Amino acid sequence: MAAFLLRRLLQSIVLLVIVSIIGFTVLNLIPGGPLAQYALDPGMTEADRLRIAAQMGLDRPLYVQYLEWASRMVQGDWGTSYRDGNPVTTVIARHVPATLLLMGSSTVIAVAVGTWIGIRGATHRNSASDYVATVGAMIALSIPTFWFGLIGIYVFSLRLGWLPSGNMYTIGDGSVLNVLHHLIMPSVVLALVHIAIWSRFMRSATLDAISQEFVKTARAKGVPERRVVMKHVVGNALLPMISLAGVQVPSLLTGALVTETVFSWPGMGRLFLDSLSYSDYPVVMGLLMFSAILTIVANFIADVAVALVDPRIRLA
Amino acid sequence: MTKDLKTGLSRRSALSLMGAGAAALLTPNLLGKPAFAQTPPDAPTGRVIVGLSQEPTVFNPLMPKIEVDDNVHFSIFDALFRINENGEFVPNLAAEVPTLENGGISEDGLSWSVKLRDDVTWHDGEAFTADDVKFTLELIVNPDFRAWRTTGHDLVRDIEVVSPTEITWRMEEPFAPYLSFLTETFIVPEHILAAAEDPNEAPFNREPIGTGAFKWGQRTAGDALTLVANPDYHGEGPYIEELIFRYIPDMTVLFTQFQSGAIDVVGRSYITQDNYEAAKALPDRQVDLVPAPSVESIYLNLERPQFQDPAVRQALYYALDRSAIIDVLYYGLPEATETFMPRQSAYYHDSLPAQEFNLDRAREILDQAGWVTGSDGIREKDGVRLEFNNSTTTGAHLREQTQQFVQQTFAEIGVRMNIENMPAAVMWGDFWVLSQFDSAMVGITYLIAADPDVTNRLHTDAIAAQGGNGSNTGQYSNPEVDALLDEGARTFDPEARMAIYREVQEIVRSDLPFLPLFSYTQVYGRKAGLDGFVPNTNTRSETWNAASWYWS
Repeated sequence: MAAFLLRRLLQSIVLLVIVSIIGFTVLNLIPGGPLAQYALDPGMTEADRLRIAAQMGLDRPLYVQYLEWASRMVQGDWGTSYRDGNPVTTVIARHVPATLLLMGSSTVIAVAVGTWIGIRGATHRNSASDYVATVGAMIALSIPTFWFGLIGIYVFSLRLGWLPSGNMYTIGDGSVLNVLHHLIMPSVVLALVHIAIWSRFMRSATLDAISQEFVKTARAKGVPERRVVMKHVVGNALLPMISLAGVQVPSLLTGALVTETVFSWPGMGRLFLDSLSYSDYPVVMGLLMFSAILTIVANFIADVAVALVDPRIRLA
Repeated sequence: MTKDLKTGLSRRSALSLMGAGAAALLTPNLLGKPAFAQTPPDAPTGRVIVGLSQEPTVFNPLMPKIEVDDNVHFSIFDALFRINENGEFVPNLAAEVPTLENGGISEDGLSWSVKLRDDVTWHDGEAFTADDVKFTLELIVNPDFRAWRTTGHDLVRDIEVVSPTEITWRMEEPFAPYLSFLTETFIVPEHILAAAEDPNEAPFNREPIGTGAFKWGQRTAGDALTLVANPDYHGEGPYIEELIFRYIPDMTVLFTQFQSGAIDVVGRSYITQDNYEAAKALPDRQVDLVPAPSVESIYLNLERPQFQDPAVRQALYYALDRSAIIDVLYYGLPEATETFMPRQSAYYHDSLPAQEFNLDRAREILDQAGWVTGSDGIREKDGVRLEFNNSTTTGAHLREQTQQFVQQTFAEIGVRMNIENMPAAVMWGDFWVLSQFDSAMVGITYLIAADPDVTNRLHTDAIAAQGGNGSNTGQYSNPEVDALLDEGARTFDPEARMAIYREVQEIVRSDLPFLPLFSYTQVYGRKAGLDGFVPNTNTRSETWNAASWYWS
């Protein structure tokens, strides 16, 4: 076990270094840069832009900039946002709660509904409801989220007036109920796609489990069908879901780009898009490292969890 | 309500007001106060929520910033003077606007003296004095400080604090636009920033302290910024308790929130043109078309051999069906223009020859100039083919459609225009700055802080591709214009400046270094009960006079 942990740790560090080098290089290769937003500013001369670039250290060779960033990073200094002057860790910390709330609630909806649809689809294979679920999943997966979002806003905000058209709360009213009211539409819209994913995975995993010998044995012993499904089938079908969760969990914190934009949700996805479009290098790099670390940790936990749950797998 | 303060004010009399110091005789409370104002409340009440499609993030008003940041700076800070919706200077922190007449500016334009108000305090209670002004002007040119614009400020020498309410300085050379630049130069507190270890990283930059009508309240990053009324404000107002900027990144949702009433004012980037009719039909909303300072044009890189013959530029201009472009593609909202000068500038030349869409005339001009149609239908002369690329930002739909439209009419006179668009970052990077394009479809704001000086765009010394310092990306060079611009920058008398910049506009209209399409119009929207709202395109901010806003 200790050897396993050590090896995973070393692998992770190497991975992080590679990710950071690629990220840093690609980011700086994108034309434009942090001063591009001033290109059409009538009062800023080229000399002004060159001066500011030099003050920001952007005129130095790329590897020098990278090494400086990396050495600070190792010491726990994630840098300072070009855009608002706050430490990158503060910027990230301020956007995490909104994303966690949105992604958390949409994941709960997606897992609950998706699992149920998946199991039902597998146990009632080729029934009308299975077809509806399959087609529904295909539609949900192929229609862009922003379209769902805008239609939702049009119908439920403008026409019916039931739900707010965006943001996390009404100005002057930060109550829990108010936030929940604002949460409904974005979390459901976001859940639609995830329901589709979860239900498809769950359906095929359940089908796999159903065709196993031990299911036949249980049925032969006369175990009631409901108990067969709940105990033998679902228990085994959930196993691969742990790995899927390992892949999905990081997105709980990294956010949803499109949904957060359409619903003006002040989360991490929105932060990422804005930081990218303003070339706020420190924040983009911070977000990249943050999600890389999350992915590594989540996958590690998923691996350990699978090993704990499934005695056939041993960590070595 | 958006009408001029003094209806019937002629351009000439407005102009004499602007420079003659008469503006200083008007009360400082004129900052955008509507002519038929009802009585504003005695104490600040209520809140106004302004929706913005970009997030304000820069709160030190001297650091590099974009338009939406100005909304915050105009509310929290004051400048020495402000420029109102009629282009007149009004005192802000200064007691009067310095002019040649009142002796604030010497005859040679080199010695400046500004008298300051004695009743201004910072939000933390400290008194505002001339030392703060000195500190601000020095900080801007401090080589270690990441200042936004330095033009003009770099000419200031020997700043002297005569008394807490008077400051003087000398200019290295006469520079008339500096008065305008100072209307955008917000004064920062010395007692806070001088103590900071590094002014680039000071806590002040995240929670600013100013002298303005509103104080810093609270910011939720990525969402909203709340400013609260400063009851001790030295000027008019504020009449509202809270001024809130809400960040709504999606333009469609920005309009939706205006429809649903979630926001009171649609700020930058305003209501999209396609929603103008829908916006006008909304009940209890005031929707206005406001001329914007930027001009859309086909920018020509005059170093390209195709564009060096004036006949070609004239012919291309005749081949532009501008009214069709405006009416069909832009919903008829923008206005055709013949000049770079914004329509609401006092220096706008309104009697330049009007463009005419006339393909026969265009062909005739090219024929006379010796451009002969080749076997493939493209004209050529001395080995130069009338074929060139036109570039703009990929995904800018209206511009892309305009390109296709123009491409067709150009083809009819034997000119091939190829469309070569690229992502914004590439388009407006070196490709634009260093004049690597043939021609570009671009909207440009020519004036800096509403001053008519366009040296940065049209002077030979401003061609970055030729080692100059400036944004003359079309590489336009006309010694006559250079001389006029040099003279205009040295001239303080408004009448004399008027003559100079009218002549510049006439020469540029006849030279056609770029082909003007139209001047932009923005669709402003606000709830009908909000009084005191005055659009002012001499600033970059729609909330420039939020101190005067109140709910009726």
